[in-house]
Amino acid sequence: MSTLTVQDHAVVQHGHDHEHHHTENFWTKYIFSQDHKMIARQFLITGIIMAVIAMMLSILFRIQLAYPEKAFPLLETLLGRFAPGGRLDTNFYLSLVTIHGTIMVFFVLTAGLSGTFSNLLIPYQLGARDMASPFMNMLSYWLFFIASVIMMASFFTEKGPAGPGWTIYPPLSALPKAMPGSGLGMTYWLISMVLFVASQLMGGINYISTILNMRTKGMDLWKMPLTIWAFFLTAILGVLAFPVLVAGVVLLIFDRSFGTSFYLSEIVVQGQQMPFEGGSPILFQHLFWFLGHPEVYIVIMPALGISSEVIATNSRKPIFGYHAMVYSLIGITVLSFIVWGHHMFVTGMNPFLGGVFMITTLIIAVPSAVKTFNYLATLWRGNIRFTPAMLFAIGLVSFFISGGLTGIFLGNAALDINLHDTYFVVAHFHLVMGSAAIFGMLAGVYHWFPKMFGRMMDEKLGYLHFWLTFIGAYLVFFPMHFMGLGGVPRRYYSFTEIESFKEWLTLNTFITWAAIMSALAQVAFLFNFFYSIFFGKKATQNPWNSTTLEWTTPVEHIHGNWPGEIPTVYRWPYDYSKPGHDEDFIPQTVPFSQTLSSNLPHDFEDNPVNLESHKDWVNIQRSNEEEVK
Amino acid sequence: MAFKHLINYKKIFSLIAMFLLLGTNLLMAQSTSSNTTATDSGDTSAQTAGMWTTVGYYVLLFLVVCFIVAIVGKIFKVYDLTLQMQGKKGINWNNAMAVGFIIFLVVGAVGVYYSFTVHGAMTLVGDAQSVHGKTLDTMFWVTTVITFIVFVLTQVLLFGFAFKYKGSDKRKAYYYPHNNTIEKIWTVAPAIVLTILVVFGFLTWRKITNTVDAKGEPASLQVDVTGHQFAWEIRYPGKDGRLGMKNYKLINGTNKLGVSYDDKNSFDDLQADTLMLPVNKSVRLNIIAQDVIHSVYMPNFRVQINAVPGLPTYFKFTPTKTTAEMRRDLDQADFNYHLYCNKICGGSHYNMQKLVVVVTEAEYQKWLSQQKPYLTEQLKKELKLADNPLYKQTLLQNRLASNNL
Repeated sequence: MSTLTVQDHAVVQHGHDHEHHHTENFWTKYIFSQDHKMIARQFLITGIIMAVIAMMLSILFRIQLAYPEKAFPLLETLLGRFAPGGRLDTNFYLSLVTIHGTIMVFFVLTAGLSGTFSNLLIPYQLGARDMASPFMNMLSYWLFFIASVIMMASFFTEKGPAGPGWTIYPPLSALPKAMPGSGLGMTYWLISMVLFVASQLMGGINYISTILNMRTKGMDLWKMPLTIWAFFLTAILGVLAFPVLVAGVVLLIFDRSFGTSFYLSEIVVQGQQMPFEGGSPILFQHLFWFLGHPEVYIVIMPALGISSEVIATNSRKPIFGYHAMVYSLIGITVLSFIVWGHHMFVTGMNPFLGGVFMITTLIIAVPSAVKTFNYLATLWRGNIRFTPAMLFAIGLVSFFISGGLTGIFLGNAALDINLHDTYFVVAHFHLVMGSAAIFGMLAGVYHWFPKMFGRMMDEKLGYLHFWLTFIGAYLVFFPMHFMGLGGVPRRYYSFTEIESFKEWLTLNTFITWAAIMSALAQVAFLFNFFYSIFFGKKATQNPWNSTTLEWTTPVEHIHGNWPGEIPTVYRWPYDYSKPGHDEDFIPQTVPFSQTLSSNLPHDFEDNPVNLESHKDWVNIQRSNEEEVK
Repeated sequence: MAFKHLINYKKIFSLIAMFLLLGTNLLMAQSTSSNTTATDSGDTSAQTAGMWTTVGYYVLLFLVVCFIVAIVGKIFKVYDLTLQMQGKKGINWNNAMAVGFIIFLVVGAVGVYYSFTVHGAMTLVGDAQSVHGKTLDTMFWVTTVITFIVFVLTQVLLFGFAFKYKGSDKRKAYYYPHNNTIEKIWTVAPAIVLTILVVFGFLTWRKITNTVDAKGEPASLQVDVTGHQFAWEIRYPGKDGRLGMKNYKLINGTNKLGVSYDDKNSFDDLQADTLMLPVNKSVRLNIIAQDVIHSVYMPNFRVQINAVPGLPTYFKFTPTKTTAEMRRDLDQADFNYHLYCNKICGGSHYNMQKLVVVVTEAEYQKWLSQQKPYLTEQLKKELKLADNPLYKQTLLQNRLASNNL
């Protein structure tokens, strides 16, 4: 067992920190802040804004799918040439789908989720005064911000934003003649993504180095909360996988702008032969999915980490199988690098390779299953407190099961023949990585809001938000499985051209209205969030009776997080409802010497000396009891 | 004092709600304009005015809903407070949420049942019209049964636990950090089930993707399928049963596929506007795309493979039911098989389809004899085939062959 412990370095410097407070002005405090708490909030609010935009885009194309024959004059007023006569342009429809996917996957669920909670919790839960490189941390946020602005700016180009799907497969994305969405909008997309990846790398390197080097005294790796384990492994995934996307994107830029043929070969567009020869479109797919598949774990792992923490805290029970949870995260991390080919079973990739990827893919289901069972075991005989965060964490587990199980169909190359690129896939990933990850993020927001803003969110509005969103998401995505089994392809502008798809129109209308309901339910969240920042009830220091270090900091944010010395950690983070202790939680900062009545042999597994003294103490207690009798 | 506070709170509440609504005006407005479909040319200003009225109406409707929610919230709060003033316990929201999960479980179960019966009946599951498709359907059923059992069990446990172990001050949770035996069981159990699925999946997959005719097997019918924005081109081999080579550099207005006439197999190739397939006969589609990636997708036959520019792909399958039989069995006179494009390929992606007809062998031969050669008179002239020695030789051979008959 690893006992790699790094002692605290920051204590010595601390005396000077207070003097720097006075030099802060508006710009250094709120805009170009290097403080991890402020950067976390910047990531969160940018992420929320991007999420609202992407959600609105989805409502736009859902309306098209529900009412393909109707004209909406309002759309023309709002979108102008993209909706002539009040009906969405077919190319603009594809742009909407593309940008919705890009924003949700990268800008909301990668940057918004990891960026917010890694920045907030890594220093807080490990007992560090800030990130390893605060300046790089600031750069990370601002590169992300610029990437977001460029992505949105593509809506103002003449031919509209990128349209070849969020996977931007060439040749479609490489040939501006092939569709309007492959023109300038595509260039913006590529530039935006390069900046985005730079931002993620800076963030990721920071997270890894902070976790490895800046843990407080006593915080060895096996005493870290599961959130930190999840952020750590997510950051490793990102640092290893994102550069490959940049490579892929740069080669695509070369093909688009400098006439190279990395991805292009033997192409005739609109009757005109192109000079490209010798490239392979499949190469791009390999490069894209080499990131793309780890990416879905980059999205879901932080959400799983957050829900582990939230479920344990609110069940008032230790997370079941802490070691198994960590090992399954490690397993997912390693395996996620060798499963990318399951996105390419029917793309013309060598079928034997498809068979191999199928085997690795179904192996990765095992650690995912272990995590699910461990969540269930954590709830078992708990003393569950339904805070909004807890509701969302339970919702996450439900989505993770529902969406994960359909992955067994899609991971099977043979079954994938008929399911690939149908609505079955749309249903699958919207449940398992879309809804589950966004629920993890919302659970995190509700849970750590008091830490971020020093105030509480309204619980009742949180309940309303949860139920409407939870029900809405199932209503939207569950029936989509059946459309996929009916052979309905995704990314179709309308189903009216094909006789056998017309029967699905009523279901489509239903899904659209469910989506509108869920979207409107977010108003409850947005109101609650922004109102509570300014007018919420003042938070106490440890509102959830949690054991982890972030709740030992004062409610008011201070530079350096802890006013005095950084607390020392003595125990693992999940001592909830320990028998023999008067309260139902023991913070990590409480030494075992203060909790003799509740210590268990289990607590000293990696410490033979203390285990001996614990046994001695137990024996003495026992002999005392016998004397009394 | 408390009342004053209440009123103030309400004011702020409604003000912020109003603000947010203006912000989400865009969103609302989309859902609103469903009945402003007056697209007829007329007084446009009147039309826009009408549109904004409708928008306003829906925004107002949403505002009203917000107010109702706020008022209901207040009522709950007041009720809660009065209960507490009377010394009783307030509303137990924790129990309410626990009950919510149980209701969700029950209603959800009904919904899942409904979806499975109503929407499930609309799917193509169990109705595969090809040899390998039937194997896939069996495998699909096995996977569905296994996953459905796990789905039901885990969801029942999840919501059941949430209900049963709802919090109370009287109780402490059971400190149970780990149990290695249980953990080993639930690691190994899914691993075994998945191994079984993987092995069957792997074998089936290898069998389906083996597109080369084995020795002794009757030769498959070769059909050339070429995708371009936004149509499929179909080419059949002539009497020799072989398709001629193609070269993208030869593509032009008359030679749309770029068929190469350096290959003698090309001369008798046939052009078709329908993918006509004889029933119970193995077909091998030779697939390629000219511009961007497309995907040949025929859900009825469980056939899908991408059409990639520069990379030929293949799919071999055997249809088992004719279109006429399908029409009779489904009692649907206008039923047709289709080939759809299933990889995003541009603006008209949603309408890139080809008619597929499965017929008996006799009907197929009759249809084939009516198809026109790909080598049109104009193309012959363009290629100056009259002077081509290879062409002359092939013609001669064909003549000799027919004389021998």
